[in-house]
Amino acid sequence: MTLLTVEGLSKRFGGVVACDQVALEVRPGELHAVIGPNGAGKTTLLNLLSGELLSDEGRIALDGREIGALDAPARAALGIGRSFQITSVFGEFTAHENVALAVQARAGHSFRFFAEARRERALADGARDMLERMGLGERANTPAAALSHGEQRQLEIAMALAARPRLLLLDEPTAGMGPSESARMVEFLASLKGTIAMLLVEHDMDAVFALADRITVMTYGRVIATGSPDAIRANDEVRAAYLGTDS
Amino acid sequence: MGARFAAFAILALLAAVPAIAALLDQPFYLDIFGRAMVYAIAAISLNLILGYGGLISFGHAAFIGIGGYAVGILSVNGIDDVLLQWPAAIGAAGMFALLTGFVVLRTGGAHFIMITLAFAQMLFFLFTSLELYGGDDGLSIPHRGTLAGFKVLDSPVALYYLVFAVLAGALALSARLVESRFGMVLRGCKSNERRMRALGFSTFRYKLAAYVLSGALCGFAGALLALESEFVGPSVLHWSRSGELIVMVVMGGMGTVFGPLFGALAYLMLGHFLGDLTKHWHVILGPVLILIVLYARGGLAGLFARLGKRP
Ligand SMILES: Nc1ncnc2c1ncn2[C@@H]1O[C@H](COP(=O)(O)OP(=O)(O)OP(=O)(O)O)[C@@H](O)[C@H]1O
Ligand SMILES: [Mg+2]
Repeated sequence: MTLLTVEGLSKRFGGVVACDQVALEVRPGELHAVIGPNGAGKTTLLNLLSGELLSDEGRIALDGREIGALDAPARAALGIGRSFQITSVFGEFTAHENVALAVQARAGHSFRFFAEARRERALADGARDMLERMGLGERANTPAAALSHGEQRQLEIAMALAARPRLLLLDEPTAGMGPSESARMVEFLASLKGTIAMLLVEHDMDAVFALADRITVMTYGRVIATGSPDAIRANDEVRAAYLGTDS
Repeated sequence: MGARFAAFAILALLAAVPAIAALLDQPFYLDIFGRAMVYAIAAISLNLILGYGGLISFGHAAFIGIGGYAVGILSVNGIDDVLLQWPAAIGAAGMFALLTGFVVLRTGGAHFIMITLAFAQMLFFLFTSLELYGGDDGLSIPHRGTLAGFKVLDSPVALYYLVFAVLAGALALSARLVESRFGMVLRGCKSNERRMRALGFSTFRYKLAAYVLSGALCGFAGALLALESEFVGPSVLHWSRSGELIVMVVMGGMGTVFGPLFGALAYLMLGHFLGDLTKHWHVILGPVLILIVLYARGGLAGLFARLGKRP
């Protein structure tokens, strides 16, 4: 039983093969980490999965359903949520409005022209709960652009989660965070484990080995290994290609 | 809430214009302020997509033209009641927005500006060459129509208050709209469309709906303009008109509910009074506009809001 099945997925940018015949499986509730050096194609892989980019070859199936031809909103509607490597929030909206808009995305259509959105209890309460869970309750009425970098990263995750995805794609959630913020983020992701399937791209190896059920290693667009953290740690090819040189 | 206060003060003044005009025996005040209100409605429509949606339409005069010609053509053909003319004007403008929206909304940035302009220019030349309906010279509307069979529109004051009511309605509509779910989606698209799509919003649909709504409302403004001036010609959809609408929105304050009202009035009054002083009033307008953009962030609405906050 797998939630996400990826086979032979390729994407070229001119001469660069950013993803080269990538195969991958994510099981329900699993935290699956993707690691690899800079430029390995990790973000490209997430873009292919979220529908922001369309692949040149290969297939993607969610719960057995082919989704490779769907656009990003359609995939989000099927339950694929994501965060971005470079923080992507609505700067002029408050933290609360950011999350409320994410709740709205999955709460019926938005061709409603008259009723005030902020008065909708379901949206407002859902957003407030999510902010509290994320530890941003105090910052609810602060414009997102005025939040610290770390808080924006947290907001980013809160938004992705508020749309109630079944599969959450996380692109370096701790990027640019200080050690204590980073530790809190890891703790938060650990608390999510089991409730939702996650595909986590992360450079912080301590975080990866602490969190992941399974790890996939990419270099130059290719998957060179997949397995449990212990198996990956012991894998010679991985050590040579990656772990030896990093951290 | 300085901007809101200023807006209500201005609306109160506009409501008093017929009385003031009668008192001072200056009937042309009705024409000037009636026109200003029509342009305010058009600017409100543009602000919906420009101010809230971040879509810089450089072709909004096309919708004014369509609305105006709908009234003119129906009127020439003996269909006189505005309850038929208006839906036709609104429907035709909305339809044009729908059809062109499929094309223009596939693009963004400078392309969007150029393609909206291109469509408007096509329409401009179409009406210029439409000899049956006046071609270059435009089309005189033989007489103002009836409202549900009543000949009330012959009274300039009645027409004035009708336009006033539409303006008030348009302001109320846009105030509600921008706070609604739909409005939040539209503003989200302006802020970060990529994020919106990743959250699951099919942004194209929402932008198209906003574009159609905006076009339809602008078509209504065009119908009112034709009715007021008893004339419609290609000049109403000249590209410079589209530019003027953008200037009004920017001057008044993009993405604010009352900005278009402030902008349209300020622009037309400036034109009127400076126009009396010199033919070259645009030379003065340019620097005024630059000062507003540089120093009154958020346009006049932003200025009023800041004045309102002062103790
Ligand atoms: N839109 C694009 N156009 C052209 N080349 C691209 C594009 N996106 C990515 N690439 C290239 O594809 C390769 C993979 O990039 P990608 O961003 O997926 O790597 P990554 O593993 O996420 O790296 P990092 O760890 O630095 O985030 C790189 O060589 C990159 O330059
Ligand atoms: Mg990356």
